[in-house]
Amino acid sequence: MIDKHQIASNILLAPYNLTELGVGKIISDIAGNGATDYADLYFQYARSESWQLDQGCVKNGSFSIEKGVGMRAVVGEKTAFAYSDDMGMEALLEASSKVKSIGRQGQDKSIKLPRYDLHSVDFYQPVDPIQSIETSKKISLLNLADNLARAKDPRVKEVTASISGSYEVVLVVRPDGALVPDVRPMVRMSVTVIVEQNGRRESASSGGGGRTNYLMFTSDQVAEYVNEAVRQACVNLEAEDAPAGTMEVVLGPGWPGVLLHEAVGHGLEGDFNRKGTSTFSGRIGEQVASGLCTVVDNGTMDGRRGSLNVDDEGNPTQENVLIEKGVLKGYMQDSLNARLMGVPVTGNARRESFAYLPMPRMTNTYMLAGDSDPEEVVASVKDGIYAVNFGGGQVDITSGKFVFSANEAYRVENGKILYPVRGATLIGNGPEVMQKISMVGNDLALDTGVGVCGKDGQSVPVGVGQPTLKVEALTVGGVQL
Amino acid sequence: MSVASGDLDRQLLLDAAQAALSKATKLGASQAEVSLSSSIGASVGVRMGELETIEHNRDKSVSLSVYFGHKTGSASTCDLSISAVQEAVAAACAIASSTGHDEALGLADAELMANDVSDMGLDYQWDRSVDEMREAALVCEAAAIDLDQRIKNSEGANYSSHRGLEVYANSHGFCGDYYSTTHGYSASVIAVDGDEMHRDYWYSSERNPVNLESLESVGEMAANRALKKLGSRKISTGEYPVIFDASVSSSLIGHFLSAIRGGLLYKKASFLSDKLGEKVFSEHVNIVENPRLFGALNSTCFDDEGVGTPERRDIIKDGVLDGYILGSYTARKMSMQSTANSGGVRNVRVSNGGKSSQQLLSEMGTGFLVTDLIGSGISMLTADYSRGASGFWVENGEIQFPVEEVTIAGKLNEMFHGIQEIAADSLGRGNTHCGSILLDKLTIAGD
Repeated sequence: MIDKHQIASNILLAPYNLTELGVGKIISDIAGNGATDYADLYFQYARSESWQLDQGCVKNGSFSIEKGVGMRAVVGEKTAFAYSDDMGMEALLEASSKVKSIGRQGQDKSIKLPRYDLHSVDFYQPVDPIQSIETSKKISLLNLADNLARAKDPRVKEVTASISGSYEVVLVVRPDGALVPDVRPMVRMSVTVIVEQNGRRESASSGGGGRTNYLMFTSDQVAEYVNEAVRQACVNLEAEDAPAGTMEVVLGPGWPGVLLHEAVGHGLEGDFNRKGTSTFSGRIGEQVASGLCTVVDNGTMDGRRGSLNVDDEGNPTQENVLIEKGVLKGYMQDSLNARLMGVPVTGNARRESFAYLPMPRMTNTYMLAGDSDPEEVVASVKDGIYAVNFGGGQVDITSGKFVFSANEAYRVENGKILYPVRGATLIGNGPEVMQKISMVGNDLALDTGVGVCGKDGQSVPVGVGQPTLKVEALTVGGVQL
Repeated sequence: MSVASGDLDRQLLLDAAQAALSKATKLGASQAEVSLSSSIGASVGVRMGELETIEHNRDKSVSLSVYFGHKTGSASTCDLSISAVQEAVAAACAIASSTGHDEALGLADAELMANDVSDMGLDYQWDRSVDEMREAALVCEAAAIDLDQRIKNSEGANYSSHRGLEVYANSHGFCGDYYSTTHGYSASVIAVDGDEMHRDYWYSSERNPVNLESLESVGEMAANRALKKLGSRKISTGEYPVIFDASVSSSLIGHFLSAIRGGLLYKKASFLSDKLGEKVFSEHVNIVENPRLFGALNSTCFDDEGVGTPERRDIIKDGVLDGYILGSYTARKMSMQSTANSGGVRNVRVSNGGKSSQQLLSEMGTGFLVTDLIGSGISMLTADYSRGASGFWVENGEIQFPVEEVTIAGKLNEMFHGIQEIAADSLGRGNTHCGSILLDKLTIAGD
């Protein structure tokens, strides 16, 4: 068993002549005796690489190293933040003098930290994916994707593929001086094809990844990504204009769970609710979705893209029930918002890197399976669409309006799937749409591991998932009247 | 003490650039290029009349590419020490030993390098302390909250000031650098009426702080925009004329500019592939790029490959596509010349027909005025366009009521041809200046 403490100390402290005692002194100096309500240091080292194939050739690869330390002091609702990519003691002291200035004077009480126990098991291993296979093997995986795609269908005209991996080591120094390390691997592969038929061009992408090493990309796995991308692109060659208007919508399992991410996920983040700016603010205990809906955010799933052993404040991740049988149960919290709202932390504090402040964020967000047979769900549609795959989405958490864009969908009438329809954006109001979920399938699936969530200019990897589900009425933004 | 001053270690960056290039030569690279940046600044946020966050920013980064003939590798790091930069060069060289051969790869041609690196008027240091920034942000937010009692909540106001240094050098012997500053503030507030809540924001951001709108006007604009959304409702599904308000019209021009990027064109991944010289907009539309406009947001003498920029370049002339957006790689792929657009297109200006916003509403008569867009349902390959929208329903040239939770959909190529009129009401901010755009028709999905 590789010791994460040892890795963090070797990579983040020793090269800069820092000791646990030394960083402990800095944090106690910032935290002061009651001068602040919270303070932390976040040391981070990340190396990452990516390789891209285009027009039959792996033309470029890139390698990157990022490292630095972020420092924060919190008093009431006020936060002071500074960071440095220089991790020497002098730079740390300069940064700490900037954040200390926010502290209050003449107090004398120590910070009360919530009690926590770190997980006894890890949800991913402290491995370096970049070292997991030879460079030549990474290149052959991309070439394999290219060959498979072109062999799969003569209509394939362009193939681009990429593979990337990162190895990240973090060390959170908590206000009581406790050091919480984590070692976070991540890999991702994606394949995009352009197909052409009678002068018409369509494209589609597929891929996957997670917190593991490159060995997950077996030949079979690469073939699965390729087949999916080619299949979806070819379906779209036959697609007709999507309908416009409000109608029944069935969403397929897996990645369409981006619905939940947008319709409820963001609106349940603690910062918005503490400030009362979310459409879900002050509604704990209320029925905010149909009784068929139970939605969780779970950072503790093995090897998942959105999983974390500890969040970016060093608190253990959890499986948090957000909505149970339609009733709003709780929000996702970081330490600042949990303290101000008087509730426990939930292990949802995340930051893009040391150079950004942490915020409450999602991990893996999904709806639990229901009882319905997925085929029966589709068969129940009188007039609507069946959307199988999606691109991205976006939400205005204050008004509750959210959108997400289908890139594989079918027209359904009287229970029959008629023909594929072109990409269209779907729009709705989060709480209203959740109330209109009338059937939930028994086929819960998580996405394949490609999700990126953006908030306030910070990107973090996330997972989404859901079973097949039916919304009685949702506005479909096609062009066909 | 000013939060965004100092020379940002200019000599360190220049030394690191030369160290990278000489290391690349030493490791056998036939060509190499390096970009470095360094920035400093601060951002102060207030909310509901209280200080909320003080963020001090200090960033450095270097990214480089090496070429061994027509093979390449890239690396980047935020550590600008000579040893770290040399390690990055070695990593890039190791990558280049594994990548494939592509004739189009390499530096931009030596004869295209900029032969002047004059000041473009982007650097205006501003002596602001954190305390002054906080006070100013409080004024901005208060102007929003005090405007109307229905402004009951706030996401706060933010005030920021940054100075940055960019350096680019390559093994042709080109080395250029320039400073730029960005100063500005924003406010985001929430209008409440019963159960209904609407948030909106406004901002002002400039290289030169004397050009900023007043703190009060930014706050009031944010509040007014949020207030006007109260009472929003859906409209019926149908086909209507649409105006893209000046606050969102540049997004439409942005989709056009994305579709003529070389990176899509050489793979025929754009609906505008092979359309050079063809009419792609209605004939009264003219779009130009002014890369050397003194003091404009993105002015520069040289692009991200050192290629000298022109004073002015037509992109759309009387509706006809007059030029693509190419760097040296994509230009070679298409047997064309670089248009000095590595890193993007700079200071885009769209022509207008001289009419006011109100005249445009009158011309539309009845239709949908779009003021906000959400989502990304746009395909550069197929030209399919479908986005969430909110705004106002207009009859007889007069705004009737606010509209929300609808989508607008069409085909980008038809939308460009369907531009009836562009008003002279550009906000004059951002990279693309464009007034409100009246389109003949789009499909709106609602009730």
